Amino acid sequence: MQTSLPTAQDSSQMLAVAKRQRFQDVLFHRSTQLFSLIVLGALAGIIISLFVNAWPTFAKFGVPFLWYSEWDVNNEQFGAAFAIVGTLSSAGIALLIAVPLAFGIAVFLTETCPVWLRRPLGTAIELLAAVPSIIYGMFGLFVFAPLFADYIQVPVRDLMSGMPLIGFLFGGAPNGMGILSAGIVLAFMVLPFVAAVMRDVFEITPPILRESAYGLGCTTWEVVRGIVLPYTQKGVIGGIMLGLGRALGETMAVTFVIGNANRMPTSLFSPGTSIASTLANEFGEAADFHMSSLFALGFLLFVITFLVLALAKIMINRAEKAKGF
Amino acid sequence: MLKFKSLVAAVGMTVVAATAMAADITGAGATFPFPVYAKWAEAYKAATNVGLNYQSIGSSGGIRQIRAKTVTFGATDAPISGADLDKDAMVQFPMIIGGTVPIVNLDGFKPGELRVTGPILAEIFSGKISKWNDPKFAALNPGKNLPNDIITVVHRADGSGTTFNFTDYLSAVSKEWADGPGKNATIKWPAATSVGGKGNEGVAANVNRVKGSIGYVEYAYVKKNNMNFMQMQNADGRYVSPDDLTFAAAAASADWFSVPGMGVSMVNAKGATSWPISTASFIVMYKNPADKAASNEALKFFEWSLKNGKKMAADLDYVALPDSLTDQIRSRVWSQIQK
Amino acid sequence: MAVNMDQGLYRRRRIANSLGMATSMLAMALGLTVLLWILLVLFSNGFAALDWDMLTKDTPAPGTDGGGLRNAIVGSLMMVGLSVLVATPVGILAGIYLTEYGDHSKTAELTRFVTDIMLSAPSIVIGLFVYAIVVATLGRFSGYAGSMALALIAVPVVMRTTENMLRLVPGSLREAAFALGAPRWKVSLSVTLRAAKSGVITGLLLAIARISGETAPLLFTALNNQFFSTDMSRPMANLPVVIYQFAMSPYDNWIRLAWGGALLVTLAVLVLNILARVFFREKTSV
Repeated sequence: MQTSLPTAQDSSQMLAVAKRQRFQDVLFHRSTQLFSLIVLGALAGIIISLFVNAWPTFAKFGVPFLWYSEWDVNNEQFGAAFAIVGTLSSAGIALLIAVPLAFGIAVFLTETCPVWLRRPLGTAIELLAAVPSIIYGMFGLFVFAPLFADYIQVPVRDLMSGMPLIGFLFGGAPNGMGILSAGIVLAFMVLPFVAAVMRDVFEITPPILRESAYGLGCTTWEVVRGIVLPYTQKGVIGGIMLGLGRALGETMAVTFVIGNANRMPTSLFSPGTSIASTLANEFGEAADFHMSSLFALGFLLFVITFLVLALAKIMINRAEKAKGF
Repeated sequence: MLKFKSLVAAVGMTVVAATAMAADITGAGATFPFPVYAKWAEAYKAATNVGLNYQSIGSSGGIRQIRAKTVTFGATDAPISGADLDKDAMVQFPMIIGGTVPIVNLDGFKPGELRVTGPILAEIFSGKISKWNDPKFAALNPGKNLPNDIITVVHRADGSGTTFNFTDYLSAVSKEWADGPGKNATIKWPAATSVGGKGNEGVAANVNRVKGSIGYVEYAYVKKNNMNFMQMQNADGRYVSPDDLTFAAAAASADWFSVPGMGVSMVNAKGATSWPISTASFIVMYKNPADKAASNEALKFFEWSLKNGKKMAADLDYVALPDSLTDQIRSRVWSQIQK
Repeated sequence: MAVNMDQGLYRRRRIANSLGMATSMLAMALGLTVLLWILLVLFSNGFAALDWDMLTKDTPAPGTDGGGLRNAIVGSLMMVGLSVLVATPVGILAGIYLTEYGDHSKTAELTRFVTDIMLSAPSIVIGLFVYAIVVATLGRFSGYAGSMALALIAVPVVMRTTENMLRLVPGSLREAAFALGAPRWKVSLSVTLRAAKSGVITGLLLAIARISGETAPLLFTALNNQFFSTDMSRPMANLPVVIYQFAMSPYDNWIRLAWGGALLVTLAVLVLNILARVFFREKTSV
């Protein structure tokens, strides 16, 4: 066994090895850094390329493009108003329906559900959140729309359309398609996602807070309202905004049932269009200025969802920081 | 690490081993002739092992794709003007003739039982007639039990030659329509209940689904799905039903070379048995194509279809071009394409 | 001393509690019923369409009876396969960077923020982007463009899960490797990554599940193809776009095939998700 001190030759060998390793380390560092910058680059690329392609439209119409109510391909008059109204109203209806239901599901899963059922039900909800959105679109088109037309739209219209203030909301042909149908189908799609996020957020409430409240004699409902909700407030809002972000950008679930009509919806039952479905319908044939207007719509959609998602992320970050994670 | 490498190798080999198949002909455009082009393509592939990848994305889509040179030929029912063709150095020729038919979804009526005239049709599509039991429509169909339902107008959501021809007809029979929405591949549909469908298929599917709706599609879609169509009154005042004979009657009087680019309109044609909305569907190709081999393959396909595809077209109630016309197309149009 | 309990208040609280719990159960029942209904419709229609023909024949022409989804299935497999091939190294290495090197730098914080946003960004916009830079410049639709769009969607998923999994590896493992004189890259790849292997594979499976069901980005990039083709430099058939096209058509056999395709896609997504869960649980419960 040699226990001699390192010789000059040994140390020059070690130096060579160290140099090579340092070179490999630098290479590794820089290449991984490069890959991580790809995501940043992709985001910047998306914003830039969308804006550049949309520039002719913005140059012609300026900021009023946002509220210009016109979509005339032949006379090259384009405005985003129809698409934006359709997108916002269908997403709004979706959240109005999905959030209370998701809340109910989350409360059930965390408070009332027997323990042996929690894991399977929770997994079921998460799996449902992974189902591709085209399935919801097909369900909407083949099953929901006809039933909706016959059993809900006709009676509701007969009942409500005569009413003074809100009557106008229920006029229109009961053909199962339209803003309300699209909103409901979208609600089905967003529901498991928001429910899963809410459930996760409710679950990380420290048990000691809950149990202290129970110890004081609070009912389950009071614990939920008074302890869990305030504690998870920011996380819940963040989750809702994530759901909103998804609903705004959804193409397939909406295109099947929204009616594809480039007009301002005058009632809940009237057909309309959303930004994503306008893109899906007209992109194949658009040329030049029409194409640039479609890119302008895409740019607007990206900006809107970016803002919503950024807000959601900030809220969730704040919620996590408050807990000291 | 080892597992990862072998996974990469396996997938990589599958991708790389993908051999390029015998070059397919690529085309895109009108949904109007899609059923017959697809039938011809199937038979052509069985005969020659060359496939035709035709994307039926609507006439405007076809024009866009051929202008962008992403396909070998474009198909459109809305003919391009001679001036535009010359600007892009393209040629255009008709390939097949068919008819656009108004379809309805009303319970209790057999296909072809209801009747409509051009002006009334224009009023329905402009929203002036909004219910099925409107007296003007009922007057054309005496004794029929029309329901008190709102009419849902179904139109094309994408840029369409079928729309072009349909609105061409409506403009010809109704001055109000001509002054208002006019004729084009995409128009602003005036009726408040109008719903859009993608392609002829989308319009047919929507009319199938929505009770009390009316739409316009090429006749092959009507026949295949046994849909409820309406008889129409032609320029001679007679009511006719759509089929290849009435389409051919309308096409008989067309003077094909009177318009540069052969974009002759056949709507509201004279003749006792003419169908008022007969349409030709055109093919657009480059005079000097970038990929001459693909262009030649496409021409071979068209040649084969013109010769062997007549029965298949008739089965679907399309009208094949008469031989005299195809001879002229060969000598006057195809000769301009560089081989 | 007797405790004075306000019976009225107590009753009100009890009623509020019962109401609240009842409504939450109702919401749960309603939500689950609807979602199960959707799955039931999908399974019953889809299974009715499943037969050997669907896997062996190509998409039929309009009006032709029968037919299958072979070209669409193969096309989807190829495009998903290629994008996973691209997204895996990019996502994993980027995740490594974020954990090992970029812990507190501003760029890393920004990258994480952006990644989370890209996770939920509308996929149709990504399709537009790839169209603008690939399809428009090259002049044609292709399977490659479709794969690129899918890869752009998959990379943030892989990045995020890789980073989360790598963080779970105890620091002592890394330090032991450093103490033995290993260079940084070797520590990252052979020690840390290997330790987090199961979690990273879970992330990959989730990414595959996510992109298998995406339709919108393929609409403008890979388009579609009636015939069987393995040439990725041309338009390629794929399941989601075929489902979209067939579902909106009036032909019965097309609609049947659309349900069958939808079932295939959903089954693939569900199986991948379940596999990911099982895999992760098994390995980490050791």
